[in-house]
Amino acid sequence: MGMGGSGIIFDEVCHTYRPRRGRPVLALDKISLDVRDREFLALLGPSGCGKSTLLYLLGGFMPIESGSITTHGKPVTGPGPDRGIVFQSFALFPWKTVRQNVLYGLEKQGMPRAEREQRTKELLELVHLSAFADSYPSQLSGGMKQRVAIARTLAVDPGILLMDEPFGALDAQTRALMHEELLAIMQRSPKTVVFVTHDVREAVYLADRVAVMSARPGRIKEIVSTEKPAGAGSEFLQTPEFAEKVEHLWGLVRDEAIRAQDAAH
Amino acid sequence: MKAAALRYLPLVLLAIVWELAPRLHLVDASALPPLTAVARSWFSLLVDGDILFNGVSSLLNLLYGLIGAIVVGIALGVLMAWYPTFDVFATPLVRISYPMPKSALIPVMILWFGLGAGSKIASVFMGCLLPVILSTYNGARGIEQTMIWSARALGASRWQVLREIVLPGAMPEILAGVRNALALSFILLVAAELLVGQRGMGYLISFLGDGGVYDGMFAAVLTVSAFGFFADRCYLLFMRWMLQWRE
Ligand SMILES: Nc1ncnc2c1ncn2[C@@H]1O[C@H](COP(=O)(O)OP(=O)(O)OP(=O)(O)O)[C@@H](O)[C@H]1O
Ligand SMILES: [Mg+2]
Repeated sequence: MGMGGSGIIFDEVCHTYRPRRGRPVLALDKISLDVRDREFLALLGPSGCGKSTLLYLLGGFMPIESGSITTHGKPVTGPGPDRGIVFQSFALFPWKTVRQNVLYGLEKQGMPRAEREQRTKELLELVHLSAFADSYPSQLSGGMKQRVAIARTLAVDPGILLMDEPFGALDAQTRALMHEELLAIMQRSPKTVVFVTHDVREAVYLADRVAVMSARPGRIKEIVSTEKPAGAGSEFLQTPEFAEKVEHLWGLVRDEAIRAQDAAH
Repeated sequence: MKAAALRYLPLVLLAIVWELAPRLHLVDASALPPLTAVARSWFSLLVDGDILFNGVSSLLNLLYGLIGAIVVGIALGVLMAWYPTFDVFATPLVRISYPMPKSALIPVMILWFGLGAGSKIASVFMGCLLPVILSTYNGARGIEQTMIWSARALGASRWQVLREIVLPGAMPEILAGVRNALALSFILLVAAELLVGQRGMGYLISFLGDGGVYDGMFAAVLTVSAFGFFADRCYLLFMRWMLQWRE
């Protein structure tokens, strides 16, 4: 990694939640992590270890109290269209049609009307939703909603894509289809991706590297490379290398999950 | 067809009982004039222009007060939900004044604004303000954090988020609150008109009642009720149109 840093650098980032009632919760404890430019990094860890918190800090949605996060050498100080985010709960604007949802970010960028209509059309084709352009989110299935959310985020062409368990609410078949679509999209326009998941197989299949977090307070426990042979498709899921990586990561996550449970008792 | 007929059956029965009870001397005709007498009286009030004159006066005062309450109430509700300092200051005031009977405000408004239209408009305004504030506040607080973050990440400023995400996101609650305010506005306006002034449907009711013109009084009461019902129906249609994105 070069000086000044391409990609994302977390430097000793801590985060404490201070709820109005109850005592403060140390969610992240001195997280240091480098994400390379155009790398697909998955974050694995037991529930409550601070994965979402890490993503929200990188998104600029919460103030960074201690330590620093930089993207392409610039410190994160607030949200911005250079970092797109996709949530498990889709977070679509329900009073806007599919088309209007995708248009929203382009309007904020000040893109001329004809151009943004054209781009929206292309994006809806990309996620196979052209036929539903004028539907409202309430009329779509979960998988379709998440494809709208992805199209909406990709519309403004962020260099960095943050995904917080984006496929966690979907059934297994839909999830497998979404994996293929996401990989295809990444092939067409590569981005730096930070992808939070509970699903070890998903992490190994999609990511270039998988970072495993420890039970709360969250630290980075281990980073495992899961680089696949160039051009590997879904047949990679059948290989012994894949099974081996999944097995190894499962072990790490299981240890932490048990520790998290013990700590709760 | 059958269902519609069944729906209006109770109304028809009520009309028949209303007509027959005084005619058969089951009740005193001055306490409850027969429906046909009320209808005749209504036509003469209409032809004389009494209903038009007083109805328009009522309608205007109602609209001024209600629209003012909607605009100010939505603005205050959103500000309270969005700015914590504002919230700390305003929420206790709202909580304390919420259970107060709104009609108790009318004499105060008369004291402040005199016997003209001002006190009527102010009564409607003050009474309708709280339900609009509260529903807006609850609606705005109920919006998913992730929706707001999504908008911010797409490049919206805080002000744009307020106008383009928080306001429409709170719309279902706001519309429900405004419906309550609409019903309240009729109550408050007629009550205020009964107390002060020389015009308005409330004034017409008390004028006819004091003069012993009971069939006319009933005609005026029925007119106000029909008006309230009609306004609510129209509002429901508007609400359904506004919320067509909800399945
Ligand atoms: N708003 C909040 N107020 C107080 N504590 C919070 C808040 N949000 C999160 N926490 C705490 O911070 C810790 C980390 O939360 P976070 O949501 O980042 O975990 P996570 O790894 O994303 O969990 P999951 O896998 O269940 O989504 C948790 O233990 C949680 O209890
Ligand atoms: Mg989470």
